[in-house]
Amino acid sequence: MTTDVDAGRRRFLTATVGVVGGVAAAGVAVPYLVAWQPSERARAIGAPIEVDISKIEPGQMLVQQWRGKPVWIVSRPPAVLEALPGLDARLRDPDSSQDQQPQYARNEFRSIKPEILVLIGICTHLGCAPSYVKQDEAPLGAGWPGGFFCPCHGSRFDYAGRVYSGVPAPTNLVVPPHMYVTDTRILIGADEGSA
Amino acid sequence: MKAMLTGLLQWTDARFPLTKLWNEHLARYYAPKNFNLWYYFGSLALVMLVIQIFSGIWLTMFYKPSAEEAFASVEYIMREVPMGWFIRYMHTTGASFFFLVVYLHMFRGMMYGSYKNPRELIWIIGMLIYLCMMVEGFFGYLLPWGQMSYWGAQVIISLFGALPFGLGEPLTLWIRGDYVVADATLNRFFALHVAAVPLALLALIGAHIMALHEVGSNNPDGIEIKKDKDASGVPRDGIPFHPYYTVKDIWGLAICLILFAGVLFFAPTFFGYFIEKPNFVPANPLKTPEHIAPVWYFTPYYAILRAIPDKLTGVIAMFASVLIFFFLPWLDRHPIKSIRYRGTLFRLLLGTFVITFIVLGYLGTQAPTPAKSELGFRLGELYFAFFLILWLYSKERTQSFNYTVLGIVAVLLIFFDAIRFDSENGALMLVSSLLVIGYFVVFVLGSMYTRLNQPKPVPERVT
Repeated sequence: MTTDVDAGRRRFLTATVGVVGGVAAAGVAVPYLVAWQPSERARAIGAPIEVDISKIEPGQMLVQQWRGKPVWIVSRPPAVLEALPGLDARLRDPDSSQDQQPQYARNEFRSIKPEILVLIGICTHLGCAPSYVKQDEAPLGAGWPGGFFCPCHGSRFDYAGRVYSGVPAPTNLVVPPHMYVTDTRILIGADEGSA
Repeated sequence: MKAMLTGLLQWTDARFPLTKLWNEHLARYYAPKNFNLWYYFGSLALVMLVIQIFSGIWLTMFYKPSAEEAFASVEYIMREVPMGWFIRYMHTTGASFFFLVVYLHMFRGMMYGSYKNPRELIWIIGMLIYLCMMVEGFFGYLLPWGQMSYWGAQVIISLFGALPFGLGEPLTLWIRGDYVVADATLNRFFALHVAAVPLALLALIGAHIMALHEVGSNNPDGIEIKKDKDASGVPRDGIPFHPYYTVKDIWGLAICLILFAGVLFFAPTFFGYFIEKPNFVPANPLKTPEHIAPVWYFTPYYAILRAIPDKLTGVIAMFASVLIFFFLPWLDRHPIKSIRYRGTLFRLLLGTFVITFIVLGYLGTQAPTPAKSELGFRLGELYFAFFLILWLYSKERTQSFNYTVLGIVAVLLIFFDAIRFDSENGALMLVSSLLVIGYFVVFVLGSMYTRLNQPKPVPERVT
């Protein structure tokens, strides 16, 4: 037993043990934190879906399900697209300034390709399911330029999912993240940024 | 018999500091003799905690933390478990009472300057307890899996989505464990609600009481009783906590429990404030309730969040409105602790803050209209102005200092109004700005040109 204490050595060993222990603690924290990520099952259920749009006719709407929500794919004829800017004055958010769409769909048609519209089919008011009402069709009748109508509380949306002024829904319909895998196949739920 | 018990006590004391603990924290813990009504709420909060722990443990015996079964299992507790309704309502009423009692406890601390030197750490530990309670309340509210549970959680979790640099979305995904609030979210919230947060709460409450008993209690006069001790080292103005304050607190507890039982038996949902009405409808991810509001104890902060048109700024303001309390000991450095001797303007200031807090709380429960949102914004400004004035009052300020502060405040207020200006609400903004202008006129000019901010002489001994 010696009384000589090598203080430098002791300090070094203490610091080393502290650092190594700290690294171990940080390492063991990883599984605990990672466990909170969505499970494989949740990932599988929430995975993007691929939709074939080669058979869609102009004016037609396809409905798919993604993460439990209805996703609409609408093929808009050129006449409809030309009429869109003329509605701006009657809309609450004609320029899509509210964050209801990915950046690449923040344009006058709210879509990647002008003719193909992709929307989440849930009313932004209270989550009812709006219906697709073409021009002059019932229940809105003559003078209706075509778009979407929510039967629950009468919210109206144009052919780009933009909400009209003076209806209960506060914001435009949501455009989900999506991308074109090929010219006729759309991947819904993922885009260039995430895929 | 008595000799046997004494012997047992001596045997224990040699092995565990039983008598020592008893004396340090009760029989020879000398508390100021002038405690008033406001000093009930600390011990009441402790009782509320015990109620929550017991009723909570019993609820876990019947509750099923899964999205499929949660709502039905709560209804099962309410309708089929013998006395299940009593235990469940005890837990829901207990949550609201816990917050009520803690809010009054905090207000007491603000009135009598209990957060000031040497009790800063007691205040900070107390704030950590309050944060844990908020987290606990938030997690617990999801568990019944009703409409408001679901959508409330959805809204609050989405607040984290406002984080910049692309951190928001991954963070909300990590919190939820799914792309929407789902079974995974419910399951982890349950674990946190029944184990993790209560453990943290217990540890923090232990630390809160240890720190308090180290420095000793403040009192309505804000005088340190330890500065005046008799020959045996006992403060002249102190009395042993037990039996004097244990007996007093039992009396207060009886009154509190009468009110508690009144709510529990006659108005368990408290008109939709303790349990919101949409929560009697099962969670439906496809249908948003007409109007989403948190439970009453969160609404003042929720009103501040909503009043600000920009999401990220709103989230920052909301968190700041809670966290600013942590800095109270360093914002208010006025040497006089108690409201009794700080002058008229301080009374008015604290009174206005209480009204601001309550009206914000009311606004947070209401659907936003332009007028209500505008009022919420102005009251949010007054909320933060309170802390500024506290800091300003910390010592004698020169005229030019006061005017500089006023100038900076004016620039900030005009800036905030300019960036949120909207021609439709212009007139409303102008009218409501009078509220803020009046506030600063009264509290800054009032302290300069009247004697209303003059402190009163503090007595030597407690009164």
